[in-house]
Amino acid sequence: MDQFTINLLFVGASFALYIGIAIWARAGSTSEFYAAGRGVHPVTNGMATAADWMSAASFIGMAGLIAFTGYDNSTFLMGWTGGYVLLALLLAPYLRKFGKFTVSEFIGDRFYSPTARIVAVICLIVASTTYVIGQMTGVGVAFGRFLEISNTSGLLIGACVVFAYAVFGGMKGVTYTQVAQYVVLIMAYTIPAVFISLQLTGNPIPALGLFGETAAAGGEGSVYLLQKLDQVVTELGFASYTEAHKDNLNMVLFTLSLMIGTAGLPHVIMRFFTVPKVSDARWSAGWALVFIALLYLTAPAVGAMARLNITNLMWPNGTSNEAVSVEAIQNDSEYNWMLTWQKTGLLDWEDKNGDGKIQYYNDQSDAMAAKAAENGWEGNELTKFNRDILVLANPEIASLPSWVIGLVAAGGLAAALSTAAGLLLAISSAVSHDLMKGQLTPNMSEKSELLSARIAMAVAIGVATILGLNPPGFAAQTVALAFGLAAASIFPALMMGIFSKRVNNVGAVSGMLAGLGFTLVYIFLHKGWLFIAGTNSFPDTVDGSLLGIQSTAIGAVGAIINFAVAYIVSMSTADTPQEIKDLVESVRVPAGAGGAVDH
Amino acid sequence: MADQSTHTKAAADGAGYWTANIRIIVISLIIWALVSFGFGILLRPMISGISVGGTDLGFWFAQQGSILVFLALIFFYAWRMNKLDREYGVEED
Repeated sequence: MDQFTINLLFVGASFALYIGIAIWARAGSTSEFYAAGRGVHPVTNGMATAADWMSAASFIGMAGLIAFTGYDNSTFLMGWTGGYVLLALLLAPYLRKFGKFTVSEFIGDRFYSPTARIVAVICLIVASTTYVIGQMTGVGVAFGRFLEISNTSGLLIGACVVFAYAVFGGMKGVTYTQVAQYVVLIMAYTIPAVFISLQLTGNPIPALGLFGETAAAGGEGSVYLLQKLDQVVTELGFASYTEAHKDNLNMVLFTLSLMIGTAGLPHVIMRFFTVPKVSDARWSAGWALVFIALLYLTAPAVGAMARLNITNLMWPNGTSNEAVSVEAIQNDSEYNWMLTWQKTGLLDWEDKNGDGKIQYYNDQSDAMAAKAAENGWEGNELTKFNRDILVLANPEIASLPSWVIGLVAAGGLAAALSTAAGLLLAISSAVSHDLMKGQLTPNMSEKSELLSARIAMAVAIGVATILGLNPPGFAAQTVALAFGLAAASIFPALMMGIFSKRVNNVGAVSGMLAGLGFTLVYIFLHKGWLFIAGTNSFPDTVDGSLLGIQSTAIGAVGAIINFAVAYIVSMSTADTPQEIKDLVESVRVPAGAGGAVDH
Repeated sequence: MADQSTHTKAAADGAGYWTANIRIIVISLIIWALVSFGFGILLRPMISGISVGGTDLGFWFAQQGSILVFLALIFFYAWRMNKLDREYGVEED
């Protein structure tokens, strides 16, 4: 059986499983559509949250970014896990006690203002749509590879699948489906990592293998994996793997943006509305992080080991000898993955100096210029290596059995689909529940509410697909922008709503608008207006940026602006009414948390 | 933070519960910031003398250690708060 058939089998079987579960647990009422009747156990909820949360960015994108940068991209690891601490300590138990369905309902009630609710809905839609663009990038890569077609066709086919899938059921169907997706995606991520860790270090646990010694390398004596990696990449003129190369300010702000954004994203917060009790909301966040950590502790090992494997394949006899020949790439089975990935247009090479070899090195490095001149190299010949392909190509790079490759294809799709579905659900509930039913047409029937929810999904995925064809960055980078937007708008409003009785309606609205406006404008100035390439006023680098802060890290500054504006405006306007002070008081203690309250 | 104007017995207890909660949150967040922004980024040069598996302790904190501490923090908080709920008699049902 060839690889294509095996991939198709694995992907087909996993889809049949998800659809089966979705039919079995189909949402009937609006209450089930949004919050699954609050009957979900903390461990189940934690697992579903993990699937919902770990998207194409975590599964497909993150290890690739770590692999080619090293220590500097540890920010993704700390940022996307540290946010759960904020969520568990500052938001989840209180929002569960409040007992409504959506984030914007809380903001609307706490700040006693329909305007606040509408502003919150707008913030949610902007952040979630940006997030879906990142997911679509990942979906395009995954479908492109497993159907062996171009990235663009993969993206269009993927968009149709995501839409059909998200429309199918609401939260209830999604919760149990996501448990299944978690199991598929975590197996798909860890199994190849275990194989590779055994090959390279002899340790079956990748997280330990990363800090372990390389397995007997032909009597050279054992060296630590990370030391060996540092050595080979610096020999090729690349920056060392373990040292810091980015300034502290950008690293801290970027990490903080991801953390605050995690605690401000609607599709994650919504999960904590679905547990039976306030104490369960506290445990749920912990269980979610347990299941997330299984992947996040493996990811840095996947990145480092893949980087070492790729370098070894390009320089089969060591970096001081001959590079791999074009002939070997065309004919040897261990280079098959390069030919398949070339079809997607995301990987490419070119024998620039015509010596029949492919030299992979950093042609921007001054130190390498002399060596290149001496050897007649005319630039790096591995001309294109899209970071988003690394995880999916990883089992092929390590020559693992074909069933592992099929499993990874299924896992990558599970990751992208589950998050895209959760986000589309958040967008559709914001539009139909908060905007239409909450404000514009309060008398609409359940049936037309569900219909408008589905129309909102279709519009969101259409926009995300169009923008996903020319994404503002690799999957994980685009997703990081979404976190910045959520960090700057939603999180401060939620936190102040719980921890302060003084912040009032005018304060919250001005804060959210200032935070979102500042962050969005800053991102557009660097990434182009509406992410359209070429319309940016500043280059998207640390040195060229307006404030010396990269657009992906600006969300933390936006959040600080939000807090400051809300506080100053609140202090100079009327105090909050007594019933709001009572509401805040009641949200702070668990006693008396009832079931769902709809209006 | 506590509203001093409405002084019933229950409100005073409620304020005590909230103050205790805030204290636990602040201590947890100091640890949260120390392991990530501290050991993982800003204080990395200070602890670079301690080597771990071919690199230094700061690298380990940035890629693994901080995640493990985050986990411990969340479970500690859930356990401690559930206990606090009972001490102040504000638990559910």
